[in-house]
Amino acid sequence: MVYRRTDTSMEVVDVPADAPAHCPGTASDTAGKATPCSGCPNQKICASGAAKTGPDPDIETIRSRLCGVAHKIVILSGKGGVGKSTLTANLAYALCRSDSQVSVVDTDICGPSMPRILGVQGETVHQSGSGWSPVYVDDKLNTMSISFLLPAEDDAIIFRGPRKNGMIKQFLRDVDWGEIDYMLVDTPPGTSDEHLSIVQYLGAVGCDGVVIVTTPQEVSLLDVRKEVTFCRRVGLPIIGVVENMTEFVCPNCRGVSEVFAGTTGGAVGMCESMGVPFLGSVPLDPRLGEASDFGSNLFDSNSGNHETPVTTAIYSITEKIKAFCNNK
Amino acid sequence: MSATSNLRHNILVLSGKGGVGKSTVAVQVALSLRSLGHRVGLLDLDLCGPSVPRMLGLEAHQVVQTEGGGGWQPVYPYADQSLAVMSIGFLLKDREAAVIWRGPKKHAMINQFLGDVAWGNLDFLVVDTPPGTSDEHISVVEKLRGASTHALLVTTPQAVAVSDVRREVNFCRKMGVPVLGVVENMSGFVCPHCSECSRLFSSGGGTALCELYGLSLLGQLPVDPALGRCLDSGKDYMSEFNDSINSKVLMKIAESVVEQCSVA
Repeated sequence: MVYRRTDTSMEVVDVPADAPAHCPGTASDTAGKATPCSGCPNQKICASGAAKTGPDPDIETIRSRLCGVAHKIVILSGKGGVGKSTLTANLAYALCRSDSQVSVVDTDICGPSMPRILGVQGETVHQSGSGWSPVYVDDKLNTMSISFLLPAEDDAIIFRGPRKNGMIKQFLRDVDWGEIDYMLVDTPPGTSDEHLSIVQYLGAVGCDGVVIVTTPQEVSLLDVRKEVTFCRRVGLPIIGVVENMTEFVCPNCRGVSEVFAGTTGGAVGMCESMGVPFLGSVPLDPRLGEASDFGSNLFDSNSGNHETPVTTAIYSITEKIKAFCNNK
Repeated sequence: MSATSNLRHNILVLSGKGGVGKSTVAVQVALSLRSLGHRVGLLDLDLCGPSVPRMLGLEAHQVVQTEGGGGWQPVYPYADQSLAVMSIGFLLKDREAAVIWRGPKKHAMINQFLGDVAWGNLDFLVVDTPPGTSDEHISVVEKLRGASTHALLVTTPQAVAVSDVRREVNFCRKMGVPVLGVVENMSGFVCPHCSECSRLFSSGGGTALCELYGLSLLGQLPVDPALGRCLDSGKDYMSEFNDSINSKVLMKIAESVVEQCSVA
């Protein structure tokens, strides 16, 4: 493992410092054989397989780091913009209301939203002898995101897969998580490097399951079906599917509208046809989006919004997730 | 001669944020450019979540190889071949099939899409991208280096979206891709019961982004459930609802793309 110091942090990647720009990573199956490897000083070593050292020793370190985490849940979609990060944050708030200790891991390396949504944007990560400390939102909720490691809010994170994988591994291996009831892992959309890395690292140490988020539209369901296939192929248990932005209630006339109408049976139909549990629907409430933008907590009893159709829906979904985790 | 050498202007539809309407804007801008009389290609680079085939009603189509080793034939939805479409969706056996690839395989696929597809003589190639600033984005910019390539950024009004799109602006600057402008999608929703306009996803994000970076706000698209329904079923929204605000704004965006590319 090679350490490469950047302007922002100590970055651990399995890409050697003298490797070309598109290095597949020394642990990759194509190490030394891929087109970008031509001309690399490490090409012969990688091609001989000597750079690979068998089972990843960091898995044991990750296992020990996460031994105090009782339940690990991954929030996935496949489709972007369906509300994964928003739902992750609000599940976290709801779990905290029932006295649980919660951590949120933001693995969306290119578009990290959790610090803003949780109201801790601009905070910095502290390092001690026991590792990195996650950033605390309050005494029951903490989070880790690449956003805390960037010098500027609008820095573009132009990482290919191996660098993203290294960062995710670092979050799980180098952060002093402590004793946690629920670790919620927010993911970017898709079924790619980040997701495979999460399966690789969390799968090895035990993951309770995944919650898949969608909107009612067929263009979302198209991607979500693929996500279900992904989960089944890699052996991740599916806790269930949440349908977000189901309907909008006009604040003026209370009329109900389907803004993102389902034309093919919505999430309920998809769940029936694919044999996965349906956890519930969350209505489209502009207050949820505004809370995300301003980092405020709708579940806070001082917010005036803690007993609304949205919070009621999320509480119901949270109870089902808890029941799944505690009945395993 | 590579299959990309006949291409005139490449328009990368980018965001950084997922679910803001990149595919929607890419499809509608491609259709608008076609209706303005241009020969258009539409390349769906969202390898994990290809939406373009569904949106154009082309899900049943498959890609074929040109005889004599001429490369892959794109799918032509119109008899005059004025729109050429390519997506990994045409290569998957069914809609539940998942593409579970790490970066290097995605990079190879993108090279094939840009190098091995018989695009023919195009005026514009509109490229729909997945959210982010990662393998797909780096690969397509590198492959198209030296050609006329521009970015069209899509956001919603929310701060969480704008945060990600700011990073995309910096990606474009670092990679040397000029930005034509910003499209703000889901700008507001007019209640069909009382006509009151509600801000579903906050407000002002697109304008603020443009002011911060000196970009042009090319258009603001309100939420129209009919657009979502048409895209879900592969129907042509701009034909069926050609009097709508969205149709007019989308056409203006296409006209701006043509104007800016012709003076670039």
